[in-house]
Amino acid sequence: MWEKKPVLFMILATVTILAGTIVTMVLPFVWVNTDADRIEGVTPYTPLQQEGRDIYIREGCNNCHTQTVRPLVSEVLRYGDYSKSGEFVYDRPFLWGSKRTGPDLARLGGKYPDAWHYKHMDSPRSMVPKTNMPDYKWLRENQLDAAKIKNNIEALGFPYTEDQILALEGKNEMDAMVAYLQKLGSDIPWRKAAETTIVGELTNPFPDDAEAIAAGKSVYSSNCAACHGDQREGVIGPGLKDLEMDDADLYQILHNGIPDGGMPGFSNLGSTKLWQLVNFLQTEKE
Amino acid sequence: MEKPSYNTDIVRSFVTWSLVWGLVAVLVGVIVSLQMVNPDLNFPPYLTFGRLRPIHTNAGIYGWAVGTIFATFLYMVQRLCKQPLWSDKLAKFQLWFFNATIIASAVTLLLGYTTSKEYHEMEWPIDVMVVILWVAFAINIIMTIMKRREEQMYISLWFMMASLIGIAILYLVNSAAVPASLFKSYSAYAGTNDANVHWWFGHNAVAMALTAPPLAMFYYFLPKSTGVPIYSHRISIVAFWSLIFMYLWTGAHHLLWTPVPDWIQTLAMAFSIMLIAPSWGSVINGYLSMNGQWHQMKENYLVKFLILGITFYGLQTLQGPMQSIRSFSAFIHYTDWVPAHIHMGTMGWVSMISFASIYYLAPRMYDREIYSIPLANLHFWLALIGQLIWSISLWVAGVLQAGMWNAMNSDGSLTYTFMETMVEMYPYWWARAFGGVIYLLGIVVFIYNLYMTARKSEPAPSTATAEGRV
Repeated sequence: MWEKKPVLFMILATVTILAGTIVTMVLPFVWVNTDADRIEGVTPYTPLQQEGRDIYIREGCNNCHTQTVRPLVSEVLRYGDYSKSGEFVYDRPFLWGSKRTGPDLARLGGKYPDAWHYKHMDSPRSMVPKTNMPDYKWLRENQLDAAKIKNNIEALGFPYTEDQILALEGKNEMDAMVAYLQKLGSDIPWRKAAETTIVGELTNPFPDDAEAIAAGKSVYSSNCAACHGDQREGVIGPGLKDLEMDDADLYQILHNGIPDGGMPGFSNLGSTKLWQLVNFLQTEKE
Repeated sequence: MEKPSYNTDIVRSFVTWSLVWGLVAVLVGVIVSLQMVNPDLNFPPYLTFGRLRPIHTNAGIYGWAVGTIFATFLYMVQRLCKQPLWSDKLAKFQLWFFNATIIASAVTLLLGYTTSKEYHEMEWPIDVMVVILWVAFAINIIMTIMKRREEQMYISLWFMMASLIGIAILYLVNSAAVPASLFKSYSAYAGTNDANVHWWFGHNAVAMALTAPPLAMFYYFLPKSTGVPIYSHRISIVAFWSLIFMYLWTGAHHLLWTPVPDWIQTLAMAFSIMLIAPSWGSVINGYLSMNGQWHQMKENYLVKFLILGITFYGLQTLQGPMQSIRSFSAFIHYTDWVPAHIHMGTMGWVSMISFASIYYLAPRMYDREIYSIPLANLHFWLALIGQLIWSISLWVAGVLQAGMWNAMNSDGSLTYTFMETMVEMYPYWWARAFGGVIYLLGIVVFIYNLYMTARKSEPAPSTATAEGRV
């Protein structure tokens, strides 16, 4: 019968389409982004951060970078604590992405010092030689438009102060981008929670082992040189030529990083690589 | 009975423009695939990967696929209803407005005006244009159906009407935003809600724009090409209604393991598996329609495109549900496996059916025999081989990268840094770019063949008289 009645057919088709729509798309609004999944400490973006986010959107960063860490072992080890619904309540639009040509950025905030981001955005290949990320040095040439940013932040209904708007004067798009990246995933104290303590005696398994030193040198090149320099002369991070530290203390720092000092922990490299690195760093002292 | 005079000019114009945007889509696809292997090919601010990739996807979906939908629907609706188009003027408006919309999209995306939502990147003024365009199209199709002279509505008309309704609902809901200025808006939804609404849209755009319309074409052009009817009307009824029912539950399979509530993910996973049945209903209906006609695979190049197309649909609708299973998604999601999956659907299924439909239309649009069947065969092989190289290389790449991301040492630490896994991708990305170039060559051969058909080929009065066109 419906095959001969187009109006009836269209009504039936609409109802059929709406069934799954209502259950899986409309109904979740009852729970999602309500008090049920709010997280204390998650704050709206400041005008500068929001402008950075809008630039992130404009440049299509979401085409290569995701912003959601899944609750999977390898993922939490690589990126940090898994993402929670309440962390995204101010994200309009969401920027979870669908493809990781580059790494996930959900927990990037606070991982590196600002200087790292400026250098990396200027020329990603100067820090990560084989990356395919294009240069974004040109963002420095564009001054921020305070009136536009104020208009946008009002459209979003986020709180702001006139001081924050005044502070935009003289800043460029790169400043906004870095401010945004430093906010990502840092509203909850997950780094503190993820800190680990090494128990028991730490003994260097390869003291003065030439092979381990050579291996450590290669670990250094791919993980440390971007900040500490090819020759350990120091760039963003301090020089590492003359370390006055015993093996165990050095291992602790490599493992946990210096969270307040801008150095990320490297525990996910594993103990073998970290000990190789310790042995390399203890060589060629001046 | 008096022969109605069908509007074929509008079909020809839509074919021309869908080919233009299809060429743009594939060309930009090749460019961004080369940017993946060499970052020096990014020319900021306009010609960077981040801005060009949405142009590739939107030119493919809104230019090539939707353009072909316009052309074929406007053709089919007149024949299936035995009724000329309700309004030729509205169709003419639709043609110009279609091109205006695509050009406006391309320009604004290049300028960086984007919502960031995948396959729906265009900012709100373009959304308004898309809605006007779709309403103009829908009115013309529906009014023609209302005035039809053939009482029974054929299968293709069901898929067409479902697509008209479905896309309208999806697009309107996902467009909801607060405009901040002329080319900047903020989504009406936030965070997890926004993600869930968006992938409800994203996956069902695949259903309503890239599944239902090619099925409408398949159900029409396969019997037209072979000369024998579809095997089972009953299978097509069951497949149709279960397809449009089940699809809408599955959007969250794009969001497995994210903060979207677990029960939505579980429903999405279950319905994705169930979707195999209606998808394969159409595949099997297509195959069984070939009973006693398989010799046409050799003799009739249209059949070759159509059967390979429906075969890729079958493969696509097995692989998709597999990826929707939580454990498999945990492994494969976010790797290059996923674009390989998408491109089997777009290059293998949607485009193969679209190629066949346009080849079928060519003599009827130009009143001339197709210029060269050998060139059409060459196009077939370039498209098939190009797509296989594209997808297979990235399936391998995806499994490799997923394996490396998950590899752990005995002390529980990760074996590889992110960069160590990324550098392994380069050879596969080169292979993908190579596959894309082959596919592009196929498109060039296709367009050349159609151009020569329109310009130089022998007149084919037989088809025009047979269909009673003036």
